[in-house]
Amino acid sequence: MSLNVRLSTAIALGKTAATLSRVLGRGGGTTMPGRVARAVEPDVVGLLARRLTGGTVLVAGTNGKTTTAHLIAHIMRAEGRRVVHNRAGANLAAGIASALVEHADLRGDPAGDLGIFEVDEATVPRVVPALQPRVAVFTNLFRDQLDRYGEIDYISGLWRAAGARLTPGFVRVANADDPLVYDAVREMPGTLVTYGLDDDRHALPALEHTAEARYCYRCGTPYVYAVTYFGHMGRYRCPTCGVARPDPDVVAKEIGLAGPDGASFVVDAGPAGRAGVRTRLPGLYNIYNVLAAIAATLQLGAPLARAAAAVGTFAPAFGRAERMTLDGHDVQILLVKNPAGFNEVLRTVLAGGPLPVLLIAINDLIADGRDVSWLWDVDFEMLAGHVDRVVASGLRAEDMAVRLEYAGIPPAAIEVERSYDAALRRALALVGSGRLFVLPTYTAMLALRAVLERRGVVARFWE
Amino acid sequence: MTRVLRICHLYPDLLNLYGDRGNIMVLAARARRRGIDVLVRDAGLGDDIAPEDADLFFIGGGEDRQQRIAVGDLAGRKRGPLAAAVAGGAVVLAVCGGYQLLGKFYRPAEGDDLPGLGLLDMWTEHAGPSAPRLIGNLVIEPEDGEPPLVGFENHGGRTYLGPGSRPLGRVVVGFGNNGSDHTEGAVSGRVYGTYLHGPLLPKNPAFADRLIREALSRRFPEFTLAPLPDTFETRAREAMLTRLGARAS
Repeated sequence: MSLNVRLSTAIALGKTAATLSRVLGRGGGTTMPGRVARAVEPDVVGLLARRLTGGTVLVAGTNGKTTTAHLIAHIMRAEGRRVVHNRAGANLAAGIASALVEHADLRGDPAGDLGIFEVDEATVPRVVPALQPRVAVFTNLFRDQLDRYGEIDYISGLWRAAGARLTPGFVRVANADDPLVYDAVREMPGTLVTYGLDDDRHALPALEHTAEARYCYRCGTPYVYAVTYFGHMGRYRCPTCGVARPDPDVVAKEIGLAGPDGASFVVDAGPAGRAGVRTRLPGLYNIYNVLAAIAATLQLGAPLARAAAAVGTFAPAFGRAERMTLDGHDVQILLVKNPAGFNEVLRTVLAGGPLPVLLIAINDLIADGRDVSWLWDVDFEMLAGHVDRVVASGLRAEDMAVRLEYAGIPPAAIEVERSYDAALRRALALVGSGRLFVLPTYTAMLALRAVLERRGVVARFWE
Repeated sequence: MTRVLRICHLYPDLLNLYGDRGNIMVLAARARRRGIDVLVRDAGLGDDIAPEDADLFFIGGGEDRQQRIAVGDLAGRKRGPLAAAVAGGAVVLAVCGGYQLLGKFYRPAEGDDLPGLGLLDMWTEHAGPSAPRLIGNLVIEPEDGEPPLVGFENHGGRTYLGPGSRPLGRVVVGFGNNGSDHTEGAVSGRVYGTYLHGPLLPKNPAFADRLIREALSRRFPEFTLAPLPDTFETRAREAMLTRLGARAS
């Protein structure tokens, strides 16, 4: 390939920015290199992505992007592929450009053959033309950060528009159980592969308060749900226009939930076969992530049995059910972002029985969503009588305390500790021999991990 | 005699933007703590309401699509009974999208005005596709000397008051009705509309109690509300007022 001087300059300057931002302690350099490189060569993403011989995979949706993208990368590495992958949180255009720049030499040749990019739901249309993904995964659509993203309809509209710019040869992998996702992707060009759950034993007794999709997008009729798993995930049907949850191509059956320790299930991929799956990722919401990753990697050529086996060696990381040891205590961090996900996390941590203490840390910075009203859509009522003490931390610790009080937690069982360090100390003093569950929003998670790093926490050793 | 506060929650599964149900939780819990029984009735699409059904009606906010679904029903079968309830002294609290529906009309970017319920003398205009939404923390000073109200706003429409409604308050921090005239919300008698969510009532307990008092006063005129400790509520209010530089001296 001939040398593209402008591209080489963009890469060189981007790499310099990465080094500088690390040396200067301005963070891990996950977005600045991309910003610099794009200023020099606006099409740096397209130029570098085209040189990935195995193509690129895009992962979009409200919840589960990071875990799903990490799972896909893990499975494909086990397949011997060299993966170019953007880091957690850096899922805007600059973050994707940064990952590509970091993994390229000065000629623009990539140190990998397969790109795996989690993409912010609203950024999808901006990066699709450049990435021209071979596989695009659409996980789910929940209300999240209304102050930043606007309404769900706006996001699904962006996806529809992005779909028109995809090449016909591409495969979209979509959550069949989410009517908003299915409706947004079903008319896009290319092959559609769907995934979903099939185990009525794990159905909720009624549609949750957090369900967004109560009314058919096409005709406004209320959906009829035969089964709901959480939020608006389930087996839905519109009695008027007939839109219904499709029979998924990749299905999870015989689901066993082991509380916060993980889950097992049988994946049935039709002609691609069946396999048992065991994962340390807990909760039904993570089964969706695992299914999405398996469905995507089947499209990338991974055999089902090997994909399923690789899932078993995946260690949760970066605040998504991540476990560690602090002062001899078992600590597990479960990121919370929005009502539907928070409810799933609460059900998961309560599955092992009553808790001595729970640490919840709520921030309202831009990456968390500046509006904390969503806390009133979370069913904290399920904690009443099942947790002895809740320590509320973060910039909005006091708002959290008010919410807990109205959820029926006795005021004497609620403690407010703005400082992350003090909150951790207090919670550890109360936890006894059990596991401390820490439930932070995104920037609170970053701040808590920084405290843990300073205190010399050790990542929990597996096997 | 058993005292009962009857609340009618309009379109709870449709107009339920971030946290709106928190207002109902707070009204119910604060009444119950004073020994008042509480009945909450949900009235959705196609449900008939009667003027004497409730002492307080609540309408939350919704996305544009949800608002379009609700407006026909609200302006149809619910318009008459709701107007009669208001004439009979019932309290109405409407937030964000619900607030807009209570005005005289909504003027879209293109096309004809959409009629509203006319319970408040105000109208709302679409500000055009390129105008920014009005988003952020919001603090207002009520006109009647009550404590400041604190919350969050997120709306695209700009609302303007006519002479028949007073603003709920004057903007101290944030945008309010339209970002230009420093008014926020609208009040006519016992009908309250506001862009304050967050939700509105948990961090504004004095305002919640005022609504409960007014709602009960029709049937239990002698009743007074005993004070509650409001420890966490006060801390949360003070924390935000201090952070926003809006604490009353």
